[in-house]
Amino acid sequence: MIRDTAQAFLADVSSSSAIRNAMASEQGFETQIWQRICTEMYWQAIHIPEEYGGMGLGYVELVIMLEEMGRYLLCSPFFSTVCLGTNALIVAGTAAQKQQYLSQICQGSLTATLAYTGNNGRWDADAVQATVTTDGDHYLLNGRYRYVPDGHSAGLIIFAVRDEGSTGVDGISLFALDANTPGVKRSWLPTMDETRKQAEITLDQVCVTKADLMGEQGKAWPQLNKIIQLATVAVAAEQAGGAQQTLDLTVEYTQERVQFGRPVAGFQAVKHQAADMMLRAEVAKSAVYYAACVAEEALNGGPLANELAEAASVAKSYCSQGYFSNASDAIQLHGGVGFTWEYDVHLYFKRAKSSELFLGNSAYHRELIAQILLD
Amino acid sequence: MKISFSPEDEKFRAEVAQWLTQNLVGEFEQLKFRGGPGDEHMFPQARKKWEQKLAQDGWTCIGWPKEYGGRGCSIEQQVIFNEEYARAGAPGHVGHIGEGLAGPTLIAFGSEAQKQKYLPGIVAGTELWCQGYSEPGAGSDLANVKTKAYFDEAKGKWIISGQKVWTSLAHESDYIFVIARTNPDSIAHKGLGFFLMKMDQPGIEVRGIKQLTGTSEFNEVFFDQAECDADDIVGKPGEGWAIAMGLLGFERGVSTLGQQMQFHNELNQVIAIAKANGNDKDPIIRQRIAEAHVRLKIMRYNSMRMLSDEGDGGLKKEALIYKLYWSTWHRDLGELAMDVMGPEAEILASAPYNLTRLQAMYLFVRSDTIYGGTNEIQRNIIAERGLGMPKEPKIQMN
Ligand SMILES: Cc1cc2nc3c(=O)[nH]c(=O)nc-3n(C[C@H](O)[C@H](O)[C@H](O)COP(=O)(O)OP(=O)(O)OC[C@H]3O[C@@H](n4cnc5c(N)ncnc54)[C@H](O)[C@@H]3O)c2cc1C
Repeated sequence: MIRDTAQAFLADVSSSSAIRNAMASEQGFETQIWQRICTEMYWQAIHIPEEYGGMGLGYVELVIMLEEMGRYLLCSPFFSTVCLGTNALIVAGTAAQKQQYLSQICQGSLTATLAYTGNNGRWDADAVQATVTTDGDHYLLNGRYRYVPDGHSAGLIIFAVRDEGSTGVDGISLFALDANTPGVKRSWLPTMDETRKQAEITLDQVCVTKADLMGEQGKAWPQLNKIIQLATVAVAAEQAGGAQQTLDLTVEYTQERVQFGRPVAGFQAVKHQAADMMLRAEVAKSAVYYAACVAEEALNGGPLANELAEAASVAKSYCSQGYFSNASDAIQLHGGVGFTWEYDVHLYFKRAKSSELFLGNSAYHRELIAQILLD
Repeated sequence: MKISFSPEDEKFRAEVAQWLTQNLVGEFEQLKFRGGPGDEHMFPQARKKWEQKLAQDGWTCIGWPKEYGGRGCSIEQQVIFNEEYARAGAPGHVGHIGEGLAGPTLIAFGSEAQKQKYLPGIVAGTELWCQGYSEPGAGSDLANVKTKAYFDEAKGKWIISGQKVWTSLAHESDYIFVIARTNPDSIAHKGLGFFLMKMDQPGIEVRGIKQLTGTSEFNEVFFDQAECDADDIVGKPGEGWAIAMGLLGFERGVSTLGQQMQFHNELNQVIAIAKANGNDKDPIIRQRIAEAHVRLKIMRYNSMRMLSDEGDGGLKKEALIYKLYWSTWHRDLGELAMDVMGPEAEILASAPYNLTRLQAMYLFVRSDTIYGGTNEIQRNIIAERGLGMPKEPKIQMN
């Protein structure tokens, strides 16, 4: 049901030309389409609890939406707002922050994102480089973030900072700030994958109050870690959708393209690559559907809740590779047209790489699993 | 997607586990983690006895309907049974071809007389079966079988002549089911019959084939005017192909979770070795162990997807990819095991050619990607049935 509705809507709003329009803009999405998503479909409120005006559905439903968005390459602040900002608020927000921001997100008047990575290329606690110092009743935030999804356009930004001199998982705090807070400088970072925009953000003596702090100062790593893991499951879901779509495009194209007097889809070398692509797409989905069940319990309680770290890494490590392999095979099996700007295959190929790198590539997640198994 | 079992199911799980702890002892202790693919030659007599022990308490053929001696267990309960069975390290079923293939075929296509005659021996674990499909000229191209069957009116019997090959456990079996050509002029899948035959008769000769493991689990089976009772053809002459294909459909994934538990045991062995010899610190080995774990986890999630009824009723894509996925995983595990062991991997348990369990696993997994439809055939099937791509062209050779 959810899937059918999503497909119908996305086929309409996320056509190739719509994607390309969004790609060409600095904002990275068309405001009018985002507004339709927020007001007609109400997707941004999908897993926000009903008390804040949300739909109160679970991660299982969310993941279906994400899979379809990955398939249709929807350009929108959905991922940043729902899978970073909203998750951060749900996991770590104070009652007042939830009341204010989640309601605004439900109304479609606020987009949000999470900034935690500095420029050292890490995705774990060491990624947090910006600092916080206390100044009487106030906090002063300083530092630089890179790779922040939709960081230049989001209305609300959750910043991860650390106490000066702290390392690793110690001393980390989260602040929820209006993006226009004085001292917050944001600039768009042009990226190879133009379907999801990234930003650099610098904080220069940003002065904030306790009301902006999420939870306890210096103790926020467990929350941040959980937010990252939930987002990791979400990226994997998009990847599973992309892996399926690159397969579908390939099957369709090779059935039409005739060489040596027959559709190239009839050549066994082509069939076998397609079969491997289907295997990867199906395995990716199996990983994601399970991870979604786990994420759901991690948010709302259940016996699987403590499997989140493992399930997220299992899904992300497989889906990253699976999507990238499918996208690269898709280019190969399209021949010359696969190498053109005009065909959409390269959009998936580029999105596959950017989402593989984002929140840690396969090797990174395998190492996390190795730590669970071996250390 | 189904990810947990009901409280009744969990009660059933406890019952199974308890039975196994109480019974897998004494003379059966030596059978733990033995048997199964790659180890079928070990302890056949003791494992047969174990099978009969299971049968006494109703733990064989648990998914069969009660009227045929089964327990009528739900899919969930079958999954649980298989999981607990593998977890306890209970030995590979010597009777798995009867329980998993011959029996279900008879239940679906057999006459009432055939059911009465053959099912009780399978349930009791007293009669073992083997599968006579492949021939020298009919491997992937199974429809090319040449073994012939004609009806001898005077004797009132079917007379079968020809040769089967790669027949697993033929040397331990009491019966064989055979596909053979009932119409000598027919080609391909037309004109085949499906026969149930007694192994112990003058017209059948079994010769073991030594595998690259040095052991012998499969055989050549020669038929020279071998006899089959008139009542022992399943269906009619000409229906053999449909029945043989129906049989392949019986693998619905229930046993897969049990198989995964065995894979899990193997991976755990590899991890234990890595921890003991320090290779758990090698960054590449760490990556490969984690990858094996990731893929095994997803194998389980994939099976749960297969088993959970999403009501689409149609062909399940996650089931189509399953054989290719697990066989490749297992093959990779074999290689990982050797690399984790390092130079020690080469050293045999003893002369002349006695392999350690992991060496046997490493060598045997090369067959996982061959039997039951090779990986290449799996890819053809996935592309054609899963993706609707064109069928392989038929080429006439003169
Ligand atoms: C351990 C083991 C146990 C077995 N037990 C039994 C048993 O109990 N009963 C039984 O009947 N059989 C049994 N078999 C036989 C098994 O089913 C066959 O080996 C299998 O079907 C492959 O046939 P083949 O060996 O003739 O290989 P071939 O069909 O000759 O294949 C050779 C190569 O060609 C490839 N190939 C063939 N056709 C195609 C195609 N159309 N497209 C692309 N590639 C192709 C294959 O993938 C393979 O790589 C067993 C085999 C093994 C290894």
